[in-house]
Amino acid sequence: MISVENEMIPVGKLATGIDGFDLIAQGGLPVGRTTLLTGTAGSAKTVFAAQFLAEGVRKFATPGVFVTFEEHPEEIRKNLLSMGWPIAEWEQSGMWRFVDASPQPEVDVVEAGDFDLGALLARIEYAVNQVGAKRIAIDSLGAVFSVFINAAVVRNELRRLAVALKGIGVTALMTTERTAEYGEIARFGVEEFVADNVVILRNVLDEEKRRRTIEVLKFRGSGHQKGEYPFTVLPDQGVVVIPISAIELKQRSSQTRVTSGNEDLDRMCGGGFFRDSLILVSGATGCGKTLITTEFIDGGARNNERCLLLAYEESREQLIRNAIGWGIDFEELEQKGLLRVLCAYPESAGLEDHLIRIKAEIDNFKPDRVAMDSVSAMERVGTRRGFREFIISLASFVKHREVPGLFTATTATLMGGPSVTESHFSSITDTIILLRYVEMLGEMRRGMTVLKMRGSMHEKDIREFSVDNRGMHIGKPYRNVVGILTGRPEYLSGEESDRMMSMFDE
Amino acid sequence: MDNLQKFLLKLYITGHTARSERAIRNLRHICTEELGGRFEMRVIDILEQPQLAEDEKILATPTLIKALPLPLRRIIGDLSDTEKVLLGLDLLPIGQDD
Repeated sequence: MISVENEMIPVGKLATGIDGFDLIAQGGLPVGRTTLLTGTAGSAKTVFAAQFLAEGVRKFATPGVFVTFEEHPEEIRKNLLSMGWPIAEWEQSGMWRFVDASPQPEVDVVEAGDFDLGALLARIEYAVNQVGAKRIAIDSLGAVFSVFINAAVVRNELRRLAVALKGIGVTALMTTERTAEYGEIARFGVEEFVADNVVILRNVLDEEKRRRTIEVLKFRGSGHQKGEYPFTVLPDQGVVVIPISAIELKQRSSQTRVTSGNEDLDRMCGGGFFRDSLILVSGATGCGKTLITTEFIDGGARNNERCLLLAYEESREQLIRNAIGWGIDFEELEQKGLLRVLCAYPESAGLEDHLIRIKAEIDNFKPDRVAMDSVSAMERVGTRRGFREFIISLASFVKHREVPGLFTATTATLMGGPSVTESHFSSITDTIILLRYVEMLGEMRRGMTVLKMRGSMHEKDIREFSVDNRGMHIGKPYRNVVGILTGRPEYLSGEESDRMMSMFDE
Repeated sequence: MDNLQKFLLKLYITGHTARSERAIRNLRHICTEELGGRFEMRVIDILEQPQLAEDEKILATPTLIKALPLPLRRIIGDLSDTEKVLLGLDLLPIGQDD
């Protein structure tokens, strides 16, 4: 009777402490159970397994046992030190214990009759009891099979191990290999005996780019997010999972307005941007996106707001020179602590790494407004899908901070048309501003319109604007031109435009 | 064959199970047959002394370690395969030179 009741209680979770993973795992690994962590060679299984213990030590002061079948403990200590985890120190303070089951090539082994892995089980139990471990990582099961000829015995013994671990009450993570990114869960059929909980790490080659993802395939008796989530391995942090859609979008819409940095633009937007809104500025190259970004920063700084500028198109020197050309001194703002400029080549890192760096900057600097020029520059770094995830994750992260975020997107063609950034971004942005070149009577002019502004009245006109050494000046609406947005402007004669306007008169 | 060298054999077991007892019996039998009195046999129960298993990095039980004479050899299993045991102990009569 009691056991039936026990079955009904949902399985609790143990927070791993691995950034982002606990979100997609809805709390962490099933507590007191064994989870199979499977992936191809180079999918970061060992790092993940070690990090499960390391975060236990660092964040929760819980001791752990690492059973290694593959690498020698000395190698692991050395590799993990580069992540900033002082394993040797933890071993001395009784927080970490190795059970070294790595191959000993110098010793000849002959199999002569029936055996079991009783010694291994005894050693694991001994280690767990010695440090009072709550977490155990076993890396990797596949390697055990290569040590012994008799696979059936090994399989049987690993099953016994899984049962024994359940008995001890530790939360275990066992890694195992798979041969393909999509296919059977693991080699040697190990999933047969530790199949209750399975997490898959992938390292997929897509459009000539490596993309790491993590998927919780199943947690028996408890919930988790479904599907693949991108993750990255950072030298000083280890695995960082990016829980795109798992981030809750608590839309606490603010009615507070902040300045765009340009009075005319504020007027067009019905009094400025909303404080917690995302603004997308889209336009062809050279038509004024960086200027809008610069004025946005200036507007914030004038109100003593802290501004973070993420620049991916121009060097620091260029940015500063541009701003001075419009009468704004970035270096002075930096000295006052009102501005932080992060300049990076898009190609300098993967999208996931950029994202994590941006998040860290936002967490550290705690800006009151964020500008990124341009988001499109990131398009070429990742795959289409990776880029989409990057944008959504970045947008929701900024939104979470309840600060305005201004992002620019470069359109592919000079005269108009949408960009990839736009198509991914437009549905989650609150405000879209379009900048367009307008060819009129043999002259290139520039036009601007507020295409969308969630929750506010805004101007529908397309206005002409000009740029001088004091910045941007927004002028009159184009009244006698049609087809600006489609990139095929047509000039209408005075009478024609009057007639068109009168058609809509009340 | 070096007849003077004394064999030091360490047999690691996990508790006194049927398999453990079988291994002890098989080893004693083989050694008596092949080595006469020239061997010392130590039986170590890992359940009682787990640190010893940790030190020797033993995974499977029973495990027989031939500590002396060198080279060090490991034989795992209940030692029911006499030929393999002899091979492991470098006592295989087949292919012997003199």
